Amino acid sequence: MAQHRSPIETGAPDPMPLLHPLLRKNYGKWIYHDHPRPGVLMHRAANGDQVWTVKAGTQRQMDVYTIRTLCDIADTYADGHVRFTTRSNIEYMVADEARVNPLIAALNKAGFPIGGTANSVSMIAHTQGWLHCDIPGTDASGVTKALMDELHQEFINCEMPNRVKLSTSCCEINCGGQADIAVIVQYTKPPKINHDLVANVCERPAVVARCPVAAIRPALVNGKPSLEIDEKKCMCCGACYPPCPPMQINDPDSTKIAIWVGGKNSNARGKPTFHKLVTSGLPNNPPRWPEVAAVVKKILAAYKADARSWERMIDWIERIGWARFFEKTGLPFTKYHIDDWRGARRTLNASNHIRF
Amino acid sequence: MAKKTHDTPMLDQLEGGPWPSFVTGLKRLAKDNDMMVDLLGQLETSYQTRKGYWKGGTVGVFGYGGGVIPRFTDLKDEAGKPVYPDAAEFHTLRVQPPAGMHYDTKTLRKLCDIWEKHGSGLIAFHGQSGDIMFQGIRTDKVQDAFDELNENGFDLGGAGPALRTSMSCVGAARCEVSCYDEARALREVINNNLDDMHRPALPYKFKFKFSGCGNDCVNSIQRSDFATIGTWRDNMQVNNEYSRAYFKAHGMTDLVNDVVTRCPTKAIQVMKKREVKAGPQHSVAELDDEHCMVIDNKDCVRCVHCINVIRGGLLPGKDRGVTILVGGKGVLKIGASMGTVIVPFMKLETDADYEKLKELARSVLDFFAENALEHERVGETVDRIGLVNFLEALGLPVDPNMISEPRSNPYVRTDGWDEEVAKWIEHKQQQKSAA
Ligand code: HEM
Ligand code: SF4
Ligand code: SF4
Ligand code: SF4
Ligand code: SF4
Repeated sequence: MAQHRSPIETGAPDPMPLLHPLLRKNYGKWIYHDHPRPGVLMHRAANGDQVWTVKAGTQRQMDVYTIRTLCDIADTYADGHVRFTTRSNIEYMVADEARVNPLIAALNKAGFPIGGTANSVSMIAHTQGWLHCDIPGTDASGVTKALMDELHQEFINCEMPNRVKLSTSCCEINCGGQADIAVIVQYTKPPKINHDLVANVCERPAVVARCPVAAIRPALVNGKPSLEIDEKKCMCCGACYPPCPPMQINDPDSTKIAIWVGGKNSNARGKPTFHKLVTSGLPNNPPRWPEVAAVVKKILAAYKADARSWERMIDWIERIGWARFFEKTGLPFTKYHIDDWRGARRTLNASNHIRF
Repeated sequence: MAKKTHDTPMLDQLEGGPWPSFVTGLKRLAKDNDMMVDLLGQLETSYQTRKGYWKGGTVGVFGYGGGVIPRFTDLKDEAGKPVYPDAAEFHTLRVQPPAGMHYDTKTLRKLCDIWEKHGSGLIAFHGQSGDIMFQGIRTDKVQDAFDELNENGFDLGGAGPALRTSMSCVGAARCEVSCYDEARALREVINNNLDDMHRPALPYKFKFKFSGCGNDCVNSIQRSDFATIGTWRDNMQVNNEYSRAYFKAHGMTDLVNDVVTRCPTKAIQVMKKREVKAGPQHSVAELDDEHCMVIDNKDCVRCVHCINVIRGGLLPGKDRGVTILVGGKGVLKIGASMGTVIVPFMKLETDADYEKLKELARSVLDFFAENALEHERVGETVDRIGLVNFLEALGLPVDPNMISEPRSNPYVRTDGWDEEVAKWIEHKQQQKSAA
């Protein structure tokens, strides 16, 4: 057996040597920022130093040629230092304002949109999907690419009432996370069990334990140990699928897409909020998911037209009320919108507060 | 030159449009990379059939139990042979980025060279957990790729029931609202617990996240088991030059509609200068020669909204530290839940302060390792045992800042009341002498 090298357990690398020199020099000493145009920020330090940041959208899943192109631009038009945001935008820092416009031109020429700052619709936080996950109901990069093509103008401009953060997730686990608008797979049928495989592939007690509504029980099927599902109880969450792939939850037709709104991670103004279901039953329709894009654009248009400045999606809805949200977006309200999970009564109206 | 490419009529439709296309990138790699030719074949099949075709397995590197996400194709022909054999193994290496995700081009180019040599050439900056995801490598090349990344200062991230890769906001590096050194806190805490990352043996995953202020740019309250969020105790700082500049540009209507009425606790008042009676708890920002904005810092909850709007005119105070929340998590299995406050305030400036944060992080991890049920996130443990038991196990005092409101039912046994009152008095005295 070959000699193995022991890993050097260095953990998270120190960013200090990689920082733009002005960021390192003024670490912890910033006092002001300005937003001269969409996609550009100017930060000023206590000593008067100024640094300009240019933010560009990327496809996140990048080939080395794309990354090298981004590096070439950083070396020629910026100061050789970049950072990535949590939404996979790339940021270039320059010490000289005169370098901003040539940098923007170079990025645009190479196909990277400039924007994503302040009141824009930023890049969609997304996950893996068909490209790399073992449980996806849809793709993530494809949905994101198709949606960002449609929302390009909203990325490069800052015309929304406040920031808009989007996410997509290709199963109900929702790796994409909470967002002002979240696009998430919604299963509509209980898993179809491949009984031939269960005994070999699944640890049955662990699968039973995984179900949030205790709908799974061990069973003998065709003389083999397997599992069965109480289909009256099952709410089609897919939680049994990762630990037991024979519990096939994905289906080309019954796997649908749902849209949720009003998630907010920041503590600014109100406390953070989770996004809430507003529509479902949209078809999983690659390669461009046009039905999803249509609903997202409808919601954004209503928000843009009606929300006041600094109102995030949830602030707007709290002002106008959910009834008017459904009215203004034209989305149907159904019995599925009424929560029946634990603690659901907290979400019901216990007052006479009704808008007319 | 690679082998002949497969037709990809559906993926081709993702090449048009103004947003950068990952498909174009995959195709560029496929020009001289058979793995990518076949990856495109399998992905196109997924687009056609609307099904995924990856399954897991076990792949790792010597000395570690996690950090590699194994992917084997499940798309086989009747004979059980992979339809796309060159992408039959397509594993991911999760690699921890520099805190704050800063790079210079030399480092990025090095990462590209390594991945081009050993893997597919496809890299995601970054996964939602924060990892650089090096996607697409054969089992027999995983060790070499890791060794070279590791020699260059990079280490694997977390996967499975383990401490996961962490994230911190840009913070002190380029943000005026930052209240502590987020990158330092991340590295102190994470790098002190790498054994729990590299050798998964926790009941389930555990995530730390670090945000410099209430804007919580890395989404720590909703997405981490242990959220560290910057805040301050003293009065907000004021810069009259910038507050006047804001007022000049925006006027009274914007000030009232965007700032005063949007303060969640109505801590802000606009006043005539001559009417201001500022006490020790007030911050007074000039608007023009006649008007001031008065903030009652005792009412302010440090939501940072007014700081976001009046850029530079208002800044966090000088007595800075963090609030710590525990128990944020995604939807499985009880529904999504946010973290809850376990430490309302903790200074985070000196070496000793960072040491304390490290100790607290370690004791929460220890508690989790010993008390959580299998496949239970710490938020679910707190749900199961109650916050009070959790706090007692960690030796943390109860504090009214941990609740939105006291209980509204009488279903509690209170025969220890006098002792609890004594604890409260002692806690108050300790707070007083520490301040
Ligand atoms: C076999 C199952 C799973 C796979 C293959 C998987 C894979 C992944 C991957 C690849 C990411 C990073 C996504 C990206 O940015 O591209 C991720 C993130 C995430 N996963 Fe999973 N995951 C699995 C199961 C789960 C489960 C069971 C949960 C919840 C209990 C979960 C919750 C999350 C969350 C919340 C994130 C985002 C993390 C963050 O922002 O901190 N995942 N997962
Ligand atoms: S959201 Fe679900 S399918 Fe998508 S990457 Fe996460 S675990 Fe996989
Ligand atoms: S899909 Fe969800 S509810 Fe249905 S059996 Fe599986 S785990 Fe239970
Ligand atoms: S969380 Fe606060 S300190 Fe950190 S980058 Fe965001 S605004 Fe700045
Ligand atoms: S930071 Fe304080 S004063 Fe400012 S809006 Fe928030 S609660 Fe009000």
